[in-house]
Amino acid sequence: MDMLDKGTEDLLEEHGKPRREVYLDSENSGLIFPEALDEMVKYYLELGYGHPSITHKVGWEAYEALIKVSKLLSSFIGCKPDEIHYLHSGTEANNVAILGLAKAYKGRRKILVSSIEHLSVIYPAESLRNFGFKVVKIPVDGEGFLDLDAFSSLIDSDTLLVSVGLVNHEIGTIQDVKGIVEIVKDKDEQILFHSDASDALGKLKFNLSDLGVDLATFSSHKVYGPKGAAALYIREGVKVEPILFGQLSTQRLWPGVENIPAIAGFGKAVEIMYNNFDKFHSKLKTFRDRLIDGIFENVDHVFLNGPKGEKRAPDNVNISFLYCEGEAITVELSLRGIYVSSGSACTSRILQPSHVLIAIGRKYEAAHGSILMKVAPMHSIEDVNYVLSQLPQAINRLRSISPLKP
Amino acid sequence: MSSRIPLPYPRKVLELFKNPKNLGRMEDANASAVAGSLACGDMIAIYLKIDEGKNIVEKASFESYGCAANIAAASIMTEMIKGKRLRDAWNISWKEITEALGGLPSVKYHCGVLAVGALRRAIRAYFKDKNLPKWLPEELTHEEKHALEEEKLMELLYRKNDSGKV
Ligand SMILES: Cc1ncc(COP(=O)(O)O)c(C=O)c1O
Repeated sequence: MDMLDKGTEDLLEEHGKPRREVYLDSENSGLIFPEALDEMVKYYLELGYGHPSITHKVGWEAYEALIKVSKLLSSFIGCKPDEIHYLHSGTEANNVAILGLAKAYKGRRKILVSSIEHLSVIYPAESLRNFGFKVVKIPVDGEGFLDLDAFSSLIDSDTLLVSVGLVNHEIGTIQDVKGIVEIVKDKDEQILFHSDASDALGKLKFNLSDLGVDLATFSSHKVYGPKGAAALYIREGVKVEPILFGQLSTQRLWPGVENIPAIAGFGKAVEIMYNNFDKFHSKLKTFRDRLIDGIFENVDHVFLNGPKGEKRAPDNVNISFLYCEGEAITVELSLRGIYVSSGSACTSRILQPSHVLIAIGRKYEAAHGSILMKVAPMHSIEDVNYVLSQLPQAINRLRSISPLKP
Repeated sequence: MSSRIPLPYPRKVLELFKNPKNLGRMEDANASAVAGSLACGDMIAIYLKIDEGKNIVEKASFESYGCAANIAAASIMTEMIKGKRLRDAWNISWKEITEALGGLPSVKYHCGVLAVGALRRAIRAYFKDKNLPKWLPEELTHEEKHALEEEKLMELLYRKNDSGKV
């Protein structure tokens, strides 16, 4: 019997409502800033709810909203407003970037992507193998930093594109993208550089023209904006062929009706993140380190995945618990009102460990018990303390069920 | 994160995950076995106390390293075989386990298969120095092979990806 059509009412009833709830899974999506939601409601009910390409007041209001967000975004990330292109998601932006470049630039046939990229970068690149492209994954070290010697030797005159993310979504490694771009451009100015910066937006300060990248991806829900909106930065002069076609739109790469409310909410979320940058940044780092240190003090047989300190994203906590299986940890913590995700997905005969953890050299058993937690501006110190009070018990209970003992 | 599909468990899985029945190593077991491995991410140990005169399962318990479905499958199986004749315990199928749980998403069927694999290994081990009863096939059954394949597959993967670090 397949459960998919049965719904989950029963399951949720059995789960019950925990006495406190802490949502730590903003990696996979999560809460929206209420102000961003207000902004969206405004564009659904009050103004600009029409199509931004049409010549009437409501259309012009919609267009004005779009321009406003582009100006705002560009001022925070260091580009020109018309270098920003809206899309439906970070996944779509990565696909459009990679497939669109492959369509636009004929001749070169090699694509280099880091081995820890988001799958929405790796998979579209790999899909090009069927069209005669060579895709090579760049190795990383034990903390996720690009192996620069190996990388240099991979760049050649056939290389069309390099894609290396600014902040790794799973282990929080902050890559020296500026240095990596310099290596590439020193070898060959014509090689294009894409960086998935979805997990950097709002959480780091950076300047796209200073980094020197040609394309960059940003996703709205990763900055506590609405789901279903994203931006692709394309440096002026770089050609990206559309991969989606349809009716009129202000967006060359996104045919169809622009989602103005979502874009407006996205803009508001980015504005909130950068207007409160110092406050949020230090709060996130404090919570992050308190979680990491607290877990190391109270639980044995744990590993931190990714680097420590300044080279780690301020919100990222990724820890492997030996002798526990990741999905069981997510369920156990859920019963205690703590919502996290695991790097492994037990959806086949063999648990699929995360490709990121395998790329940094984690053995399968350490990868299987990995838990990813992301602290967010909405959290309080009480939330963090609650997690620290529950986590050791949760791990102990699962270890007591297991036949494997330390 | 790797690709995922929704995993809406039936409530019984969560119930048994919260309060597993027959959990723990059994000190006076006279048959036991393990199936799966740490590297696969799922592993079940089964302990049996068999009444040697009557060939009846007096007690059964389990330990599990794995997901919630894995724990629930092992737990409910120990409930199902308690008091049964060995031959009937041997014949419990992974489908019956899945049904007793109220159904499982298809990607979790292997949890039931692994539980049965561990049970049959334990029963086989029990007869190691005894005469094999007629109902016990000499050839490994599908469920036992499944466990073996899973363990072997992982060995292969390990060799391929031998990165050394923990
Ligand atoms: C680094 C990175 N890139 C891309 C994506 C995909 O974005 P979206 O969820 O908007 O498709 C995510 C989302 O988690 C991400 O973390």
